[in-house]
Amino acid sequence: MTTATTPREAIGTSHTLTTGHLPRWSPFVLLGLSWLVFIGVFLLTAASSKSEFNLVGALFLGTVFFDIVIFVVSYLVEGVRQAKNRLVTSLVSTAFIIALLPLISLVYTVTLKGADRALDLSFFTNSMRNVTGAGGGALHAIIGTLEITAMATVISVPVGLLAAIYLVEYGRGALARSITFFVDVMTGIPSIVAGLFAFAMFALLFSDPGIRFGFGGSIALSVLMIPVVVRSSEEMLKLVPNELREASYALGVPKWLTIVKIVIPTSIAGITTGITLAIARVIGETAPLLLIAGFTASVNYDLFSERMMSLPVFVYTQYAYPGTDAQAYLDRAWAGALVLIAIVMVLNLVARLIAKIFSPKLGR
Amino acid sequence: MNFTRFSRAAVIATVGAIALSSCAANEGAAPSASNAPVSTLAGTINGSGASSQGSAQEAWIAGFQTANQKVTINYAPDGSGAGRKAFIAGGVNFAGSDSALSDTELAGTFGSCVAGTKAIDLPIYISPIAVIFNVAGVTKLNLDAATIAGIFKGAITTWNDPAIVALNPDAKLPAATITAVHRGDDSGTTKNFADYLNKVAPAVWDKAPADTFPYAGGEGAQGTAGVVASVTNGTNTIGYADASKAGKLGVAAIKVGSSFVNYTAAAAAAVVEESPLVAGRGDSDIAIAINRTTTDASHYPLVLVSYLIVCGQYTDVKAGAVVKAYASYIAGDGQKVAAAKAGSAPLSATLAGKVSKAIAAIK
Amino acid sequence: MLAARQTGFGAVIGSNRTRPQRFSNRRITEKPSMTKTVARVSARQRPADRIFSGTTMGAGILILVALAAVAIFLVAESLPAFLANPKELKGSPSSFWEYVGPLVFGTIWAAALALAMAMPVAIGIALFISHYAPRRIAQVLGYIIDLLAAVPSVVFGLWGIGVLAPFIRPFYDGLVQNFGWFPLFTGPVSGTGKTILTVAIVLAVMILPIITAVSREVFLQTPRLHEEAALALGATRWEMIQIAVLPFGRPGVISAAMLGLGRALGETMVVAMVLSPAVVYSFVLTGSANPLTIAGNIALNFPEASGVAVNALIATGLILFVITLVINSVARYVINRRKAFSGAN
Repeated sequence: MTTATTPREAIGTSHTLTTGHLPRWSPFVLLGLSWLVFIGVFLLTAASSKSEFNLVGALFLGTVFFDIVIFVVSYLVEGVRQAKNRLVTSLVSTAFIIALLPLISLVYTVTLKGADRALDLSFFTNSMRNVTGAGGGALHAIIGTLEITAMATVISVPVGLLAAIYLVEYGRGALARSITFFVDVMTGIPSIVAGLFAFAMFALLFSDPGIRFGFGGSIALSVLMIPVVVRSSEEMLKLVPNELREASYALGVPKWLTIVKIVIPTSIAGITTGITLAIARVIGETAPLLLIAGFTASVNYDLFSERMMSLPVFVYTQYAYPGTDAQAYLDRAWAGALVLIAIVMVLNLVARLIAKIFSPKLGR
Repeated sequence: MNFTRFSRAAVIATVGAIALSSCAANEGAAPSASNAPVSTLAGTINGSGASSQGSAQEAWIAGFQTANQKVTINYAPDGSGAGRKAFIAGGVNFAGSDSALSDTELAGTFGSCVAGTKAIDLPIYISPIAVIFNVAGVTKLNLDAATIAGIFKGAITTWNDPAIVALNPDAKLPAATITAVHRGDDSGTTKNFADYLNKVAPAVWDKAPADTFPYAGGEGAQGTAGVVASVTNGTNTIGYADASKAGKLGVAAIKVGSSFVNYTAAAAAAVVEESPLVAGRGDSDIAIAINRTTTDASHYPLVLVSYLIVCGQYTDVKAGAVVKAYASYIAGDGQKVAAAKAGSAPLSATLAGKVSKAIAAIK
Repeated sequence: MLAARQTGFGAVIGSNRTRPQRFSNRRITEKPSMTKTVARVSARQRPADRIFSGTTMGAGILILVALAAVAIFLVAESLPAFLANPKELKGSPSSFWEYVGPLVFGTIWAAALALAMAMPVAIGIALFISHYAPRRIAQVLGYIIDLLAAVPSVVFGLWGIGVLAPFIRPFYDGLVQNFGWFPLFTGPVSGTGKTILTVAIVLAVMILPIITAVSREVFLQTPRLHEEAALALGATRWEMIQIAVLPFGRPGVISAAMLGLGRALGETMVVAMVLSPAVVYSFVLTGSANPLTIAGNIALNFPEASGVAVNALIATGLILFVITLVINSVARYVINRRKAFSGAN
């Protein structure tokens, strides 16, 4: 590259602040150039071997190539420290682009295949009762998912948050250590085992070997959700500066009030992020709900009796057991997936709103 | 960040959620257009079992619930083993299963049945199993049992293997490696497929038929949908799946006697019709030992029979009445419905008669 | 966004301190002499404090009870499998351990691959959002990554089998043709792309958001003064991150990795739907015969299992439980050793 030989910088000595620096635009130009190079290379190989032109591959390799080029150029012009800095900057951005690729592909696929039915109002007003082939909807599954997940959240968040408070603010000794440790262990319970456990427990409690009900599903999901809530809340509570607590104690505020009024509000953004992630983690669970909440084609509002459908189970069964008109089933599966993602997105927004309302108002 | 916009979105979402929680448009006591006599049956019955008959059950449930507005039937396609287990424990009112109850299961007790009475197996779902393939340039393929067994066992590895070429002299078979896709999960489809190969080509397929695919080679896929997806998305692939799920994939004709037979509903029903019953069972119990080695060219012996397992006499009389009515619907009008909606082969008249007689004896 | 404001808040408070000190909050509550001098005030507060701390402890104990119940259930249901004749298990192995061995291997191998792929990318994204991207864009970017967490595993399964596997299969062909000498890419190549590497990629994408989200929040909490001090000494941005952000965030990042690993180890649906399984010990990334994971095995075989096979499946669940226990103990040990260097309280 010839960036270092532009007239202004060639004079050098009179501009001590800018000597030995790449101009601001250089990374962008370099990135564009390396993309162009690889698109060219890919076009040539595609033309010579008559294969399809791969834009994603070209952009990806171009980005990787850019990472190397920027390091070398910067090393030559700016020295090793700046070169490292630039390398990391570009690597970090590359990481972000890499993560975006599957996301874009997923969202694109789901939207493309699901939008047809998900934009159709009948999808939200119909259940699958007496429906075979085309038509029908996911009302029963949406209601089930919302009720079961809401109940699981109502159980998990207080328990998880209080346990996290205990661990951070009060806990010491063997009890706290064992809670911390076993919460970690709990994150490793496979979801299907949680379902089996809930099923075995309720079958025993109600002495009904075929028990299936929504509340059981909430319990199974809580087993999966609590450790995530504890773990993320614990991390966030730990990050609240001790000076805040000490200032509060110094003003004579009792400890519990300090926690409620100072510690939790300060970390509320992180905690809600954690809770939202925990909900997102369990709302898509299929296996445990299939075992304990069951499978039905009809609407059921009652968490405490009879089988209750949920969206993941709906998506899975529509995909796995289609009738002769397989396309109608697949369409419903993708539409269900789209609705499920949309629900979590809305929850995410609501959580952020709540966090906004309760976190301390600071002028900045 | 503009939070009023977000809060507006949240409000819309909440209102939407409330709107959702109204009644489903297709539910409730919507009177049907026909002047059918009002059914007196009511209540909820639950079933569980084989996923193979899942879409047929869906069609039957829809038909039966339409005729009997106050009845709700749930059928969970949890798998044959899970279904039989739940039925034996008394957790469900009926089970669907790809294999009939075993002798040890029959010797035990059944949770939903009156003490001392036994459960019965009713064949209600016949589905041909198709050998599906996806090879560029090949639309028609003839295979015999020994070749199929060789391919899935891993003994035949390329598409231009002499054994395949000999059966398909006209096809343009590539020199590519065969990717044989089998069921990665345990399934009745695998058992029936293996039973056919084991009976017809015992020299090649030397393992006893079981729910688990017995050999190490090839690729596994979950469920019929997984096999179909793998065969469709891969190249030079072959697999086996319920014929109704084959879609646009190529389907091989299998050798019966001296001719190659494509699956048809009639040919599948015919072979079941001609097959003997399993000996030494109760009068109402209709377990079929499929005659795989038939040489009649009007038969398609690669077929799966799935059973409805019900009590001979129910402790819960009301549930028993619903199950009985539901079973007779399945064995009668339901067969045509399932053929249209799930692609199954309707029972032949003789077999349907036998099943109906067994159902009439349910108390 | 909000966390960013807190950083500011923390920095304002932090600017009053003379030196960062590990001030245990116990000291204040535990000193009996202090409470005695203000006896009247603290006497009025004590019941509420007790109720509150009691409630939090109760929540903690409830978790232990729930876990104990799960463990008791697992052990009770597993025992018949350990005691049964191993010939009755699937594949009639000579012992239960022969049955479970390949599954343990597959579980750890798949999760390790997924974590190895996800960790660098996740930390990169977290840094990008917390320290590189302009604040306004960062909020949106964070939201986009959270969106990944919202995708249910069934959908990842559908995507894996329908989009990723066919897309990536030609790459595997190329890898095996050109690098077949390398043990990880020994042929023959899979004809469908449903290999353990594909599964690991999907798992990596799935655990990415949870690792990113926690790491990001932790990085954002780095004391502003530490960062500014590093920059003031002439550090480049990367050096500042090395000096101030990473040491501060390390325990949180390890914690995040454990959360991600927990999900990767226990993920059921994706493995069951995407992987082409076999009973093997194999490191090959691109072949047809891939070791199955414990959770995937349960999902595949539970529906048709009966008798002692069910107990065997639950016993493998117990073993997964133990694996997580061991991995977490190691992680805890690492965190505790590093604690002294971290800036967190």
